[in-house]
Amino acid sequence: MAYEAVIGLECHIQLATRTKMFCGCPAEFGAAPNSNVCPTCLGLPGALPRTNRAAVDAALRLGLAVGCELRPVSEFARKNYFYPDMPKNYQITQYDRPLCEGGALPVALEGGARRFGLIRIHVEEDTGKSFHPERHGDRPVSRVDFNRAGVPLLELVSRPDFRAPAECAAFLTALRRLVRWLGISDADMEKGHLRCDANVSLRPLGQEAFGTKTEIKNLNSIKGVEKGLHAEIARQRALLESGGRIEQSTLLYDADHDRLAVMRSKEYAHDYRYFPDPDLPLLVVEETWIEDARGALPELPWAREARFATQYGLPGYDAAVLTETRELADYYEDLARGLDGKLASNWVMTEVLRAVKEESLTLAAWSAKVPAGRLRGLLAKVAARELPGPLAKQVFAWMRDEDGTVDELLERHGVRAQGSVAELEPLVVAVIEAHPGPVAQYLAGKTATLGFLVGQVMKRSGGQAVPQVVRELLEAELARRSGS
Amino acid sequence: MAIDRAEVERIAELARLEIAPERMGRMATELSAVLEFVAALGRLDLARLAPSTFAPAGTPLRADELDDRRIPAAEALSAATEHDDGFFLVPPIVENVNP
Repeated sequence: MAYEAVIGLECHIQLATRTKMFCGCPAEFGAAPNSNVCPTCLGLPGALPRTNRAAVDAALRLGLAVGCELRPVSEFARKNYFYPDMPKNYQITQYDRPLCEGGALPVALEGGARRFGLIRIHVEEDTGKSFHPERHGDRPVSRVDFNRAGVPLLELVSRPDFRAPAECAAFLTALRRLVRWLGISDADMEKGHLRCDANVSLRPLGQEAFGTKTEIKNLNSIKGVEKGLHAEIARQRALLESGGRIEQSTLLYDADHDRLAVMRSKEYAHDYRYFPDPDLPLLVVEETWIEDARGALPELPWAREARFATQYGLPGYDAAVLTETRELADYYEDLARGLDGKLASNWVMTEVLRAVKEESLTLAAWSAKVPAGRLRGLLAKVAARELPGPLAKQVFAWMRDEDGTVDELLERHGVRAQGSVAELEPLVVAVIEAHPGPVAQYLAGKTATLGFLVGQVMKRSGGQAVPQVVRELLEAELARRSGS
Repeated sequence: MAIDRAEVERIAELARLEIAPERMGRMATELSAVLEFVAALGRLDLARLAPSTFAPAGTPLRADELDDRRIPAAEALSAATEHDDGFFLVPPIVENVNP
């Protein structure tokens, strides 16, 4: 029998606020253990939570970006459970009146974009972090650090609209791009800024009713999500095909060994005894706040991607790469002013991105070093055929390490005079005409004689030309002659 | 409803609070009074009122600014049953079962 997978995702997005959700402790990562704590986030008796406006604002921005309905009056609830990394023995979250509901995230898939529906987005606080298993003397113990306790999170719950692991991976990629684009999260999955749990069930193709689902936790990379889901779908399919029954359970995915382990069996549903948090009055979001958040939204990544394709005549692949981050899209648009869009795109996608990667720079650091305007000066010369490609790449390399305009760099390196095609072409033609012997040898297949011809052009240029450029021009001219 | 001394001792133990023996009696009286106060609510006739969880005013919002309410790690750890090297120590957690 053919089966179809039904998958829903639950994503936790750690917000890049300065302080925690309900207290003024730093929300930073990497401080000494238990140094960013106060009576509130330690859950000490009598300490009261105070809501961080920036975290709510981040939720509003994400909610607006994906078209959620925003609830003007929402409610914080306590989710009660006992676990050593939860200092209060409850997590402050939102339950039956979340801030954002509905909406959809546009996702690029092979064969076109699709919108995946959302159920809700709500604000909550993170737990502390536990380290285990560890030893203390001769005893096994776990260690707990509460620095992360109370750091603001958004929980985003998708509709069970995914049918394949690749769709989930594409969704997470799109979500990661969006939250970075909005500046609300660093969304580094390896640092736990973006975490994902998946609910997955199988049903016979064509059947309406859902099968029994399992939940996979610990999916901490996009590749891990895809592999973990593949593993679980295969496990469920094998079980169903052999006449077995799926048991509702929670599984842990071990990415290192590509293995699923049953964490707990859900014979019973968890009872978290949710109730409205009496310490926190209702969260009221006035219309003006929503309008301000809407007004502050940047052009969204998918809209910008579509615009890049039409406005600059870029292939879809280019538009997607250039809108990977807002900084890159800004850099590209600044660069492309007055230039051919595809020329600018080629340079950003190859030279700029390679240089950024080689030097491990952020795009901001790169932009400070080689501002778009400076690179535009170079590309304008390329477009005007004043600089052959190889020389332009040489100038680009100089730009990475030195100050100065293109002309200044050429002058400093003594290649200004002989750089352009217009200047070198007559020399190339003259050398070819002056050395019919080597030319004939070259045309007969003895390509090594090209080195001699390059040397002659270099000599005539007074050593001012770039050999690579000369070589290309010679090859082109010789090819033209052999063809005619 | 009254709370006796033995119950105060038990609650103190559960809450890991040290209460001096001479304060036990007063604590029992005060906790009993709290329960009596809450019990008084049960005698109110609320049949005409709709249930409500909150006062109508919205929760006050805090600017995303650091404050000085942090406590040093040593102080944070001082109330722990056990700690080591800046971490709270707890019985071993075998599985990651936090929801």
